[in-house]
Amino acid sequence: MTTLLLAPLRGIGRTTLGALAAIGRIALFGGSAISHILRPPFYPKEFLQALVHIGYFSLPVVGMTALFTGGALALQIYSGGARFSAETVVPSIVAIGMVRELGPVLGGLMVAARVASSIAAEIGTMKVTEQIDALVTLSTHPMKYLTAPRVLAATLAVPALVAVGDSIGIFGGYLVGVNRLGFNPATYLKNTRDFLETWDIVSGLWKGAAFGFIVAVTGCYYGMNSGRGAQGVGRATKAAVVAASVLILATNYILTELFFSA
Amino acid sequence: MITLSGIHKSFGPNQVLRGVDLVVPTGQSMVIIGGSGTGKSVLLKCILGLVQPDAGSISIDGEDATTAARDVFLARFGMLFQGGALFDSLPVWQNVAFRLLRGSLKRPRAEAREIAIEKLRRVGLKPETADLYPAELSGGMQKRVGLARAIAAEPEIIFFDEPTTGLDPIMAGVINELIREIVTEMGATAMAITHDMSSVRAIADRVAMLHGGVIQWTGPISEMDATPDPYVQQFIHGRAEGPIEAVR
Repeated sequence: MTTLLLAPLRGIGRTTLGALAAIGRIALFGGSAISHILRPPFYPKEFLQALVHIGYFSLPVVGMTALFTGGALALQIYSGGARFSAETVVPSIVAIGMVRELGPVLGGLMVAARVASSIAAEIGTMKVTEQIDALVTLSTHPMKYLTAPRVLAATLAVPALVAVGDSIGIFGGYLVGVNRLGFNPATYLKNTRDFLETWDIVSGLWKGAAFGFIVAVTGCYYGMNSGRGAQGVGRATKAAVVAASVLILATNYILTELFFSA
Repeated sequence: MITLSGIHKSFGPNQVLRGVDLVVPTGQSMVIIGGSGTGKSVLLKCILGLVQPDAGSISIDGEDATTAARDVFLARFGMLFQGGALFDSLPVWQNVAFRLLRGSLKRPRAEAREIAIEKLRRVGLKPETADLYPAELSGGMQKRVGLARAIAAEPEIIFFDEPTTGLDPIMAGVINELIREIVTEMGATAMAITHDMSSVRAIADRVAMLHGGVIQWTGPISEMDATPDPYVQQFIHGRAEGPIEAVR
């Protein structure tokens, strides 16, 4: 009877310990990635390729996400605000909501889905086809050649994506506010400008940098530790997206506490 | 000279290598034979430092492989991987010249490309191949590119992991001949692992039979057919009966 009662608790304990161990391993891997970013040799060509792949090619998905989110946010705030006659706060809440939270978080999650999966699949395939071993025999450290350029590129590219996403998201809110909810365009823009502070924007960009780092580190970690065969690569890809998404949400909470708790 | 002494390696409860002792003389071509899963690839990877042995020592010309400066140590090696292990994202010439485009052996790009094309020609591939990507090549061509990459930096020691796996007999024969010619002309020390007996006869100066985690027999290729060792006899004649258990 006791065994039956304890079984689910044991399962929860085992899962928790496993998750904590995984976070620890990813953190160590992230530390190693930073140390490789700082020490030569550097691979600028691989860095630029990663920057284009992670930053430039993620623009459409991040932009579309931000546009629709900004529009939906405007509708929600207008409808919710109507309950206590506060419809006029739509521009400022859309702006603050986008730059502080939704821009970085949704941008980070979209990049996690697109980039962490592709990095994990690419490096995982390289592992199972012995390309990682080949790199070592060619006197090239896989952490330096594969991980460091991707981590640096993602850490720099995601804040830029967040900045673009913030602007598009605010524009989405503006489009809905002006065309659907009847706001005066000049008043909408003035309210957006007046209520937005520099720290709102900067804090979102810092979050973007942290999320970019998380995305690339988890993608590389699960790729490098991929199991054998197509199934192993598939598992690594799935694990990379799940871990990156959960870590982004958890980190977002911690950073919000750090940045905005009174 | 490559000297392996008492090499042990386990993966969990699976003891793969149980005390491998082997000497590969300089300039000789050693072929390690043995069934699938007997640890041949693990042994090569132990020498290269891709897998850490649990016990034992490995030395190259008397220098301990585990304490040698990594880059200098690896610069002495070239390796042809079983599946080629070509980098998908790079064109063929950059795969071949990989080592010549970065690190201590870095050359100007034009010179590296010229060397790559020369090595491709050496393995029987036309210069037009240089700008193709690995995915555009047949299995035989990928092996040749892998071979060109292995010899691009003129290494002293070349490893071949199952060089003819997945190739038709004619292409396998071509690759075997190429390996033999290149090893002889470069004067390199070669170590190959295979269970293809035609490769063994074409490539080897000496043969070692790995079974049960230890070297069961080693000797010159000329003595292989005549050896009374039951493991070697069963393996080279492909018999189901003998000391090596065949899983049915």
